[in-house]
Amino acid sequence: MNLKTIKDNRYFYPALYILILVLFIAMPYITAPYTIILLSSIFMYVALTLSWTLFSGPTGYTSLATAAFFGLGLYMAGILGDSVPLIVAVICGGLISFVLAFIIGAITLRLRGIYFTIFTFGLVELIKHLMLWWEINIVGVRGRFVPRADNATVFYILLAILVALLLTTYFLKSSRYGMALSSIGSNEEAAIHIGINVVNLKIITFASSAFFIGMTGTIMATRWSYIDPYIAFDTFYSFLPPLMAIFGGLGNLFGPLLGAAVFSYLQETLITRFPYSYMLIFGLIMVITILYLPNGLIGLYQIIRQRFIGGKHADTSS
Amino acid sequence: MQILQVEGLTKNFGGLAAVSEVDFQVEEGEILGLIGPNGAGKTTTFNLIAGTYEPNSGKILFNGENLAGKKPNVVCQKGIARTFQNVKVFPEMDVFQNVLLGAFFGTPEKKSRSRAKSEVEEILDFIGLSDRTDMIAGSMTLVNQKRVEVARALATKPKLLLLDELMAGLNPTEVGESMELVQKIQKKGITVIMIEHVMKAIMTICKRIIVLHHGQKIAEGTPEEISTSKTVIEVYLGE
Repeated sequence: MNLKTIKDNRYFYPALYILILVLFIAMPYITAPYTIILLSSIFMYVALTLSWTLFSGPTGYTSLATAAFFGLGLYMAGILGDSVPLIVAVICGGLISFVLAFIIGAITLRLRGIYFTIFTFGLVELIKHLMLWWEINIVGVRGRFVPRADNATVFYILLAILVALLLTTYFLKSSRYGMALSSIGSNEEAAIHIGINVVNLKIITFASSAFFIGMTGTIMATRWSYIDPYIAFDTFYSFLPPLMAIFGGLGNLFGPLLGAAVFSYLQETLITRFPYSYMLIFGLIMVITILYLPNGLIGLYQIIRQRFIGGKHADTSS
Repeated sequence: MQILQVEGLTKNFGGLAAVSEVDFQVEEGEILGLIGPNGAGKTTTFNLIAGTYEPNSGKILFNGENLAGKKPNVVCQKGIARTFQNVKVFPEMDVFQNVLLGAFFGTPEKKSRSRAKSEVEEILDFIGLSDRTDMIAGSMTLVNQKRVEVARALATKPKLLLLDELMAGLNPTEVGESMELVQKIQKKGITVIMIEHVMKAIMTICKRIIVLHHGQKIAEGTPEEISTSKTVIEVYLGE
């Protein structure tokens, strides 16, 4: 009962979030460098997953273009190098992805369902081979070195991207445009007939999601130090976000967040402990999740909560 | 005054002329009936007016402005709302959210949340769904889903409302209630075009009826004229 009254206070959640944020900001001063590197990795996956969910979650348009925008961001770091401050490079990485997504969206967002998905998948391959052709025939060298940045800087920029992404997701979700995006996923024909400009809304949201993916790419490049088209445009990064979002549970802001965090933590620990069988363990976890937890980790949490607290006392204060 | 003038409207699907050279006018404030056998082109006509399809040729003059080829969201904001033959509510959302979306996006100006909400409350009260505002639309009965759709259409503040088979699949009591609802909508000053197979409904509440057959207009007139017209009886009402 006591906990409930505390939770009902309207300053409880904002205060909790600010406390978590302060804790993260203090991290580089209080923990070992390895923790910062691990956290940065987790932040990257969380950022990619939340960006993907921003567009594909409510609309139901499954995008496999994440690797394309991520790769463009990575390459932006390689191209700009030391010529501009890191933060400017990061924003440029976001902008170029935004512009590409805007153009792609304008052309393809008339496609529905599987056609859109396959197109976005093809896009990754197209850009990968375009970059290869460009490097081999024009530049003459395959791959680029990226100047390294120190761990704390990478960590803080990722944290900033993540905070911006969470705020964007939150405000979009609670706005009329967030509702309109869900209505597109629910019944696009009805949505367009009640005055919603579905084409513009889809394009802008798709491009915004690419903006965050591109920024994440640019900052991650400084940790990888070398990139070539095969590394940058790896379709692995297209499949991970939807997998992580499903693992956590779609339809709730915290689902993809939790999914990506747990998933990437598992990945990082499994790869060091079981370097040969980690993919196998990983696959098993995924299969079990899809078979038995259709609503992901969030669904599991809700089931457990109902067992212990009972359905009657479910929080309906919102 | 004429609110809508349709001139030479034509739509081909491949080699099939779904709607061919159709002309008709709609007077402001009337309830116009649109009937015809299955495949006559009734729903296609609605889809052309609402912007779902672009016509191959012809004009759709709404208050004098040609809307042919305009996108559905633009047509809606100009003041033409519609419902669908196979109900299309947003099934995961509750009744209030369904209608709220119409209030938010159905008019060109951006209105405040509180104003949109009070408009929705008013419409739900008008339509008789005030006690079901937080029901999930997909879990409702057919008649109530149809009401949600009408409420959502009304929330876009239409001057012209296109009702596609509002009464299909309803029981006699529900048909009666829906007839009253259409008349109440007319009294609000909204012009209505309705496609309907329930003859009793259409003969009672429409002053004027248009008959389509194979994509062409074959008759137009009062219910009495239509029910006694020889051509209509031959192709539609049967011997």
